[in-house]
Formats: sequence, structure tokens, C-alpha cells
Amino acid sequence: MQLDLPLLSLVIWLPIIGGLWVIFAGSGARERGVRYDALIISLVTFALSLLLYRDFDLTTASMQFVELHPWIASFKINYHIGIDGIALPLILLTTFTSILVIAGGWEVIEERVNQYMGAFLILEGFMVGVFSALDALLFYVFWEAMLIPMFLIIGIWGGPRRVYATIKFFLYTFLGSVLMLVALLYLYAHAHSFNLADLQATALTAAEQRWIFIAFFLAFAVKVPMWPVHTWLPDAHVEAPTGGSVVLAAIMLKMGGYGFIRFSLPITPDASASLDSFMIALSLVAVVYIGFVALVQQDMKKLIAYSSISHMGFVTLGLFAMFDIYAATGDWKNAAMGIEGAMVQMISHGFISGAMFLCVGVLYDRLHSRQINDYGGVANTMPVFAGFMLLFAMANAGLPATSGFVGEFIVILSVFKANFWYAFAAASTLILGAAYTLWMYKRVVFGEIRNSKVAALTDINGREAAILTALAILVLVFGIWPAPLLDMMHASVQHLVEQVAQSKISVAAYE
Amino acid sequence: MNDIALVIPEATLLAFACGTLLVDAFLGRRNPAATFWFAVLGGLVVLAELAHSVPDTIRIGFAGTYRLDVVGAVLKTFIVALVLVSLFYAREYFRKRGVSQGEHYPLVLFATLGMMMLVSSNSLLMVYLGLELLSLSLYALVALQRDSLQSSEAAMKYFVLGALASGMLLYGMSMLYGVTGTLDLPDLLIKVSVAGDKRLLLVFGLVFVLVGISFKLGVVPFHMWVPDVYQGAATPVTQFIGTAPKLAAFAMALRLLVDGLGGLAEEWHQMLILLAILSMGLGNLLAIAQTNFKRMLAYSTIAHMGYMLLGLVSTRASGYAASMFYVTVYALMSMGAFGAIILLASRNSEADQLSDLSGLAKRSPWFALIMLILLFSMAGVPPFAGFWAKWFVLKEVVGAGYTWLAALAVLFSLVGAYYYLRVIKIMYFDAPVVSERPEAGQDLKLVLSVNGLAVLALGLMPDMLLRVCLDATLSYPPWQ
Repeated sequence: MQLDLPLLSLVIWLPIIGGLWVIFAGSGARERGVRYDALIISLVTFALSLLLYRDFDLTTASMQFVELHPWIASFKINYHIGIDGIALPLILLTTFTSILVIAGGWEVIEERVNQYMGAFLILEGFMVGVFSALDALLFYVFWEAMLIPMFLIIGIWGGPRRVYATIKFFLYTFLGSVLMLVALLYLYAHAHSFNLADLQATALTAAEQRWIFIAFFLAFAVKVPMWPVHTWLPDAHVEAPTGGSVVLAAIMLKMGGYGFIRFSLPITPDASASLDSFMIALSLVAVVYIGFVALVQQDMKKLIAYSSISHMGFVTLGLFAMFDIYAATGDWKNAAMGIEGAMVQMISHGFISGAMFLCVGVLYDRLHSRQINDYGGVANTMPVFAGFMLLFAMANAGLPATSGFVGEFIVILSVFKANFWYAFAAASTLILGAAYTLWMYKRVVFGEIRNSKVAALTDINGREAAILTALAILVLVFGIWPAPLLDMMHASVQHLVEQVAQSKISVAAYE
Repeated sequence: MNDIALVIPEATLLAFACGTLLVDAFLGRRNPAATFWFAVLGGLVVLAELAHSVPDTIRIGFAGTYRLDVVGAVLKTFIVALVLVSLFYAREYFRKRGVSQGEHYPLVLFATLGMMMLVSSNSLLMVYLGLELLSLSLYALVALQRDSLQSSEAAMKYFVLGALASGMLLYGMSMLYGVTGTLDLPDLLIKVSVAGDKRLLLVFGLVFVLVGISFKLGVVPFHMWVPDVYQGAATPVTQFIGTAPKLAAFAMALRLLVDGLGGLAEEWHQMLILLAILSMGLGNLLAIAQTNFKRMLAYSTIAHMGYMLLGLVSTRASGYAASMFYVTVYALMSMGAFGAIILLASRNSEADQLSDLSGLAKRSPWFALIMLILLFSMAGVPPFAGFWAKWFVLKEVVGAGYTWLAALAVLFSLVGAYYYLRVIKIMYFDAPVVSERPEAGQDLKLVLSVNGLAVLALGLMPDMLLRVCLDATLSYPPWQ
């Protein structure tokens, strides 16, 4: 049955309008009652996004569910949306995570509940918008608008240093984005269009590409975040409420990777090829150095934040190693494997980091501390929780049969074809990741009960168990059988690689 | 007779301004509302006439001193509409502070008349007349609070510096006249392009003319009056100065630089680049240090006018449209921001400190949201109108080949974002100092809400206003 509905638009606008409804309907007496409305809206949105998956054609790389309406006719800016195999998994991740966030804040948030739930729903709509925009300016509007709810979420419901953290978060991301805007305007001056496909087809000289690449790099590297522009992330993660940390780690970081895939690689392929060693170096520094930094953290959230940066290093590594892989093997098929690995890593990191932050949230809600030293022997009082957390900790360390293993393994395998030492450095994460994650797990969960507060802990309730179970299933399913995920993106990644393989410089020289 | 047809809105406005003066003198004591409603009636009638007076060609009258064209008609419509809105804010302010100032309304109408003359001027003399009528009314408005030391100081400063700037402008005009022998702007345009070796003298005159324009816009280094006047004047007066006269100042720049001195664009666009960079930089940096909200908005105005100049820098019709769009959107945002101060004001407090906003999100979630929209819009964050304003001028700058200038401008906007975020932080993250909800009349609440939502609506659907600005400047003969 093919419904004649603008399905993709619904997935974007239902949560935004629903979020506004929740904020306004929930003022006064119904402040807590609107939680149900919010949950229903997020569930319906997820169901709609599953319909997208059901009707998605896996065999083609062209955009699907395309909607095109004139928006700002004076400058040919269109409300132009559509998805391919790269956007779809990220959209599913977004709609799924949003349910968890709404459910995760159920009893925990006591103040301005309606605004909390509404802000997350609006944020969800904006994020889906980012992943489905096919017009560069529409993309930019969603990309920036997203900052507003996140800024408020960290600032209103965050921890003690929330104001510092949220302003730092906003300004950092804003810095990268405004330079991207200048790059887009430069492209517009050439292409006279903001349509992504037109921008990707625009011929550019090597020097132009390099400048545009740098502008895009600043915007996306801050979001990923890549070393050395990562410093906002630990602050934002630590101070954000649990839901904020989950959305940041699970979805917002992925936008950096998505931006590289959608903008940097196809619009500036030659600059990407010539600057790839720079990108690989930064990625490896993130993987190794930040892994060591994570090892010494005393704060659980900070530790997971650093582990996120380290894991996201794999994403950029997988994306930019493609040129070296091609040079070494002469086959773009191998290069495509790196990108697929990066995509799998993004999705899997979404599940695992989200789950880890939720686990810390569970502990924080009970003890109001994130310090590792305040815990110890949690397994004695919260056995069920300890079991869940063990699974996620193992996944974070990259244990085979969890989704964490699949992404890292594909990336390492493909990078190995480019250069042994890249793969060697990247593989060190298997040791480092295990060290920092399991060491933290040991100190928090195992051992003697350290103090009376830990002794008084109660195990997770049904709501928390349901959230963690959902995530556990996904981590295991994609760890054992990642094929559906790979099938979804296969055609689109192939198409991307073909685009990148095509130099734009020779065309630019003719014009 | 034909000449009179050209100025029907202006003549009506003059009649209403004089009428308001009389109404205030005879009825104002017993019934202060009468003055207000008469002024509003005047504004509405003029607005209706303006809506019917958009010409399809340029019409020139009064011996070549006055012109009616599309860009002028559109700007005049915007100006009168903004003035009309500001009257409602002013009434509420006087009601809340418990002062009755009937003189406010006729002065505002006279200032509006000055603006309309400025917008429609076709000769140097008319520019000067319009400017003086506007400025003198503004000096008086600032000085209206006789017993406030701060107001008097601000008025004095405004007057002295303003007089100096007018003098400079006249000096520059006299130089232009000396070289070309004409006061007529279109005539000047032709004679400038054939000036030959007298060009240097013309550039000398241009510099002084630019000083006059810069003073009116309040761009660095001619911005000294802005913070003091903004802080010292009563809030509705500041609001008035910060909105419609900015459009008039833009029109003045357009008339003088493009209509009259288009042949010197090579020179003035470089000067404008410098003025724009200084304004964006200094305005944004100094705004960070302010604790008084009105003073912060003053520095923010300085920065915004710097952005506005970027559109003129591109020296092409779509660039003028960008500046026009910017200044219109800016006026709308600034109107709302000062409106929020009026909302918070009470009998014994002007409520112009940043701390007066603390915890507004708890005290009045709705108006905190309106302020949030206005502030993010000023910072240039989508999906609000301020983003499109910045986007448009940046696009023109990049299109004209100044990508570095656009990069510099966005970096300054990052600085700007910081102090706007700080205000949002005070509203949303800080605990309220006083707990009561801000009290205000229904009409103020309605006007302020519509004001804020208009900024959102223009952000979601900017096409109509963009179209109006583009059409107005495209139909306008571009200099070659």
C-alpha cells in the first residue's frame, strides 16, 4: 500500500509541531500530564520513519521520497528534501533515540517538564531535517536552528557549570557553521543555486576547493568532534542532563560525519584527496591520544565523552582513508568499504554511547554523583543493571558479536589495505577502549560496597529496564547480523565513491 | 497643482502634526488619550495614502527637488508603519511610568515628516532640510524628560555632535556644489562622471558628506552619541530613534551616494568597507561589557549598521536591496527589544538593566519566548528574520568578490552571538530577582507578541519582503 502522504515531511514536522503543542498545552496544571503526549508523538514519529524504511528501494542510489517546493523563489531556494541510503539509517537512529530520551526523562525531570519534552521533540524534527535536506540553505537552517533547543536544554536542566558549558557549545558550533555559510555563498556565486546536486556538480579549481574544504572542515570537525576542536564536548556532555548527553552523543556528533559525506567529499573531492593525510593524522590522534585521556578520567560522563571522541576518530578515518586505499589497491570497491565501516561505526556508536550515558544517568539519578570514586560494588545492590551495563561496556570496548566490533573492524580492515601503520594505530583502540571502559566498570560495579549510599541503591525499574533492553537488543542484533544496515547504504556509498573519484579540476580549467 | 499631488501623504502628515499639537494644547490636559488617538489616526491616513501612491515611473516635482519613486514609496510606507507601532509602545510607557507627555506625539510626527522628505529628496538642499527637521525633532524628544539629568546630558551631547555633523555635511555639499555648480542629484550624477581633474576635490567633498551619513547611521568612528543617547533617553524615545530613522538614514545614504555620487563609487565603497569593519568590530566587542540593556542595544545597533553597510559595499542594485532588507528587519527586531523593556518597566523603575530581565522565563514564559526569538534573530541564527538579513548582505559581499570581508563579518557575528546569548542566559538560566509577572496593558502585550511573531514569520517566509526590496531597487535606475 503506497500512501499518498509527504511521509518525509511528516517525520520532520510532526515532532516540531507536536513539540510546540506539548509546550503550550503543558503550561500550568498539565505540566507533567503532557509527558504522555510527548511519548505518543515520538512513537508515532518513529512508526512513520519505519514506513520510510519499508518503502525504501535498496537498489538505487538516487534520492527517494523527494519533495520539492519553492521556498524563496527570488533566489531559487527550495524546500527540497529526500533521502538516500546514507541518510535513512541516521534518520531511523534519530527517531528511535528520541523515544528513549523522552522515556528517559520521565520521572527524572521535575521542573518545566513540558518545556523539556517539547524542546527534545523540536530538536528531533530539526535533526531529521538536517539529514533529509537536499538544499544547502535548507540544510543550514536546520543545522543552526538545532542549536537553539540544545542550548536551552543544557542551560536549563544541566549541572552546576551548565552556563559555561552551553555557551561554549553554542559558540564553538556557531564558529564552524558561519564559515560554512560563507563557503556556501561562495559556491552560490559560482553555481547560482543552493541545490546540493548542483553544488556537487560545480567545477572548482584546486585553490578554491582547498578554501571551501577548510570552511566545511571547521563546521564538521567541530561537530564530530575531531581533535583539537573537541574541547567543547566533554564540558557539554558532563553538564547536560542525561537526555541531552544521549542526543549529543548518539545523533549530533553524527552530523559532522554526515556533513563530510554530503558536502566535503562530493563538493571538494580533489581537496579531500590532497588533504587526506591531514585528516587521517587528526583521526589517529583522536583515536590514540584521546583514548589515553579517557583512561585517566575520574568523572564517568567525561570518560564516556572522551571515549566518544576516540570512537568518532574511526568515522573520519574510514571516510578519508579511501584515497590511500585506492592508491594502494587500485580498486574503488575497497575504498567504499572504509566509508561503509564509518557509517556502521556511526550507527553503532549512536546505540552504545546513548546506552552508556543512560546507564550513567541511572546511577546519577540515584546518587547524584558522577565521580567514579563515589561508587563501588554496585553489582551487589543493582544486579540487573550491572548485567546491562556490562553488555554496553563490552560493546564500547569493541567485543565481537556487539555492534561496536563491526564498525571498528570494517574500518581497520579497509585501512589495513592502505597502510599497515594506520591500521596498527587504529587497532590500539581495541586495547585502550577495553582498558578505560572495563576499568571504569570494575571500579563502579565490582568490589566491596564502598559506602552506605551505594548500599541503599535500588535496582532499575521497569521503565529503565525497557529502555536498556531495547538498546541491548539492537547492539546485539547489529553485532551479529549487520547485513540489513549494510544493504541499506550499499548503493548510495557506491554512488558517493563514483562522485569522489571524478576530479573537478580539469572541468574547472575548461570553464 | 501637479506638484502637490506628489506630496499628498507629506501634506497630510503635516496637517495632522499641527493638528496633534492643537489637540494636545486644548484637549490634552483633560483627556491625554485624545492626542494619542489623533496621532494614530494621522498615521493611518498617511499609510493609506502611501499605499495608493506607489508610482510606476519616477516622478519629479518642485523644481526638481522632490522625487517620487518605488524605493522611496516603499521606504516611506515602512517608516510610517514603524512609527505607528512605536506610538502604541510609547502610550503604554507613559501610562506605566505615570507621566503624561502629549508633546511626544506631535514631535514624532514632525520627525516622520522629516524622514519622508529625506527619503524623497532629489536635491542636496532637500536632503539637508529633511535631515534637520528629523534631527531637531529628535533632539527635542530626547530632552523631553526635563528633570532627568541623564536625559539632559544625552540631549546636549546629541545636539552638539549632531550640529557638528550637520556642519560637516553642509561643508561637503558646498564643495560638491563648488565643483559641479548644481544641487540637483541626477544632475550631480552626470557632472561627477565628467569631472576630470576636479575629481580629487569631489572626493574631498564626498568624505564630508560621508561623515554626515555615518553620524546619522551611528557607525564607528561617528558613533559616540549612540550609547549615551540610547541610555539617557526615555525608552520609547530610544525605541523611536532606533527604528524608523535608521531607514531614513539608509535612504539618505542611497540618495547621496548612489543617486548623486554614483560616479565616485570606486572611492566611497572603499570607505564604506572601513566603516563597516570598524562598526562590526567595535560595536560587537564593546557590547559585551555592558550591564545596561539599552546601552548594550546601542552598541549592537552600531554593529548592525556595520552589517547594513555591507550591502552598499557591493555597489549593485541587489546589494542595495540587501541593505534595505537588513535595515527593515533590524528596525523590526529593535522595536521588539525596546518593547520588552517597556513591558518590564514600572512606575518606579525604567527596567533597563540586564539584571531586570533575570528569570523572565519563569515570570512570563510567553514574553521570554518572544525575547528569545528577537535575540536569536539579532544574533543571526535561523530560522529567524535576522538570519536572512545577514545572509543577504553576505551573499552580496561574496558576489562582489569580497569573500574575505564576508568571513570577517561572520567572525564578528560570533562575538555578537556571545552577548545575545548572555541575555538569554539571564532570562532562562538565572533565578528571578523579583517574582511578580510583568504588568502591562493588553494592547502592549498584543503589539509585542505580533512584533516577535513577525520576526519568526519573516524568518520562515522571507520571500515576500525580499521580493519587495528587490523590486524596489531594481526598478530604480542603477548607476553605470
